Amino acid sequence: MARAAATLAPEKGTSLWADAWRRLKRNRLALGGAVLLGLVAVVCFVVPVVLGLDSETTDPANSFHPPDAHYPFGTDNVGRDYLARVLVGGQTSLLIGVAATLASVLIGVFYGSLAGYYGGKVDEVMMRIVDFLYAIPYMFLVILITLQFSKEARGNPLPIFFALGMVQWLTMARIVRGEVLTLKNREFVLAARTVGAGDLRIIFRHILPNILGVVVVYATLTVPAVIILESFLSFLGLGVKLSWGVLVSEGVGVVNPIESHAWLLLLPSLFLALTLFSLNFLGDGLRDALDPRTRR
Amino acid sequence: MSVSEAILEVDALRVHFHVPRGVVRAVDGVSLALRKGETLGLVGESGCGKSTVARAIVALVPTTSGDIRFRGESLIGLSRGRMRPLRRHLQMVFQDPYASLNPRMTIASTIAEPMRIHATVAPGDLDERVCEIMELVGLDPSMRRRYPHEFSGGQRQRIGLARALALEPDVILLDEPVSALDVSVQAQVLNLLEDLKARLGLTYLLIAHHLAVVRHMSERVAVMYLGRIVELADREPLYTEPIHPYTEALMSAIPVPDPVVEAERKRIPIEGEVPSPTATITGCPFRSRCPQAFERCEVEAPELEEHRPGHLAACHLPDAD
Repeated sequence: MARAAATLAPEKGTSLWADAWRRLKRNRLALGGAVLLGLVAVVCFVVPVVLGLDSETTDPANSFHPPDAHYPFGTDNVGRDYLARVLVGGQTSLLIGVAATLASVLIGVFYGSLAGYYGGKVDEVMMRIVDFLYAIPYMFLVILITLQFSKEARGNPLPIFFALGMVQWLTMARIVRGEVLTLKNREFVLAARTVGAGDLRIIFRHILPNILGVVVVYATLTVPAVIILESFLSFLGLGVKLSWGVLVSEGVGVVNPIESHAWLLLLPSLFLALTLFSLNFLGDGLRDALDPRTRR
Repeated sequence: MSVSEAILEVDALRVHFHVPRGVVRAVDGVSLALRKGETLGLVGESGCGKSTVARAIVALVPTTSGDIRFRGESLIGLSRGRMRPLRRHLQMVFQDPYASLNPRMTIASTIAEPMRIHATVAPGDLDERVCEIMELVGLDPSMRRRYPHEFSGGQRQRIGLARALALEPDVILLDEPVSALDVSVQAQVLNLLEDLKARLGLTYLLIAHHLAVVRHMSERVAVMYLGRIVELADREPLYTEPIHPYTEALMSAIPVPDPVVEAERKRIPIEGEVPSPTATITGCPFRSRCPQAFERCEVEAPELEEHRPGHLAACHLPDAD
């Protein structure tokens, strides 16, 4: 019996992704985080271009100008427009956060899925290397890498991003490896193998789509960790030329009880805190939405 | 049994796993032959190695020694490339319908995947073929864009069956196909399996621990204990006149749906525990729990021999009588 009509118009099912998206939309805190994050990103990247803001030109006559109509965020110790500095600094912070996280996801997923999928000796060797890198104090590693690069590229965000990515992928690799290890013996993977699927097909079609949720959640929580690390390095004077961390560090330097110049510390801190809050709420929301245990 | 009618032969199959505490002899010298068009039931308690036999046949676990022949051609030691075309004809249905479907794939992609891999169907005809197969297993093709979590256990098992049928196999290994389903759904799936077998000329290896299911479905039955086949015979002789004390005890455990007969039914309890899977066994593997064991059982392991025409058992008792 031919069901011609039914064949033409199959009912669309709801994928687990669509399901997760629906749950995320119901989570106000996570949604608010996503909106706020988007807002911060748009402001940081669009406003300086639209208003033609200049974050570098000094004007010593106008130093420590408090916020007013002309300088909404005031000026710093050498009279640079602080609005421009906060926004352009935000660009660096966000970029480093996203780029280092992307690098850690790419390396971590690749490394972790190889170790988990092939198992045995391969897994043993690969994970001992991770353990070894873990054992090195990561701050030491980051400082070493940064110093190594800083001769040629002082203040360039690339070495920082490289150093942070180098550190962050370790945890990602461990998470992915553990997930792959449990998934590769699930019956649907065995079933794929009995119908003749090769390793690549099994990894890309059957295993990776099923760990993507965990990866997305962990990545969302890695971005704020990276931004904090970058701020910390910049605070120590090892970071980039201009980022929220740098501004906070400089702000701390000029704030004093007599002439507070509080805006120099408060404004970049506020942006940093807002971004970290949003990312953490979004990450938590994603975890709740994608966690199979909370399903239905 | 002549070799020509056997479509799948397993010969002295051994599958040993190395674990920190020693060697687990999951399958230790199993030989059986599947005749074209039959259903061979494989029964035994949990951990006796029945699923491992099936997994070794489809190369999901490596074979330690022995031979597996499909249509007279050995499957052991074949490269992946050589194995792939043969695999088409040898498919498997898994026990747990909740774990055996990829939750991120629509059921249409799950059913189409084998045909994509083997390129048996032109890409343009895939969708139509998927619909055909879904109708064959009693699923509504309009649901093919849905995901596994939107289906019930029985429907999921039908999807698993559809995936196995996609390559038009000759032999399907059914690994506890209904044990994870509600009793009311079990009968539907079993009837579907029987119906498909008749329509498509399939051969089944039915692995189950449910004796009534096996009796209902199989022409012949093999009983496994501790990685070995202890008895192999046509269904009725095996159920009514078992030779091996283990089979006898298993059969006596089947409840009878007649209160009078049930009350008078003689039950043979099996005492003791299954020996540790890593233990080295001398003599008959069942002797530690056998109510009728005698001296010979301690020193000599019984071979699977024909005690009545077509009725094989691995036991010293018939010789002792």
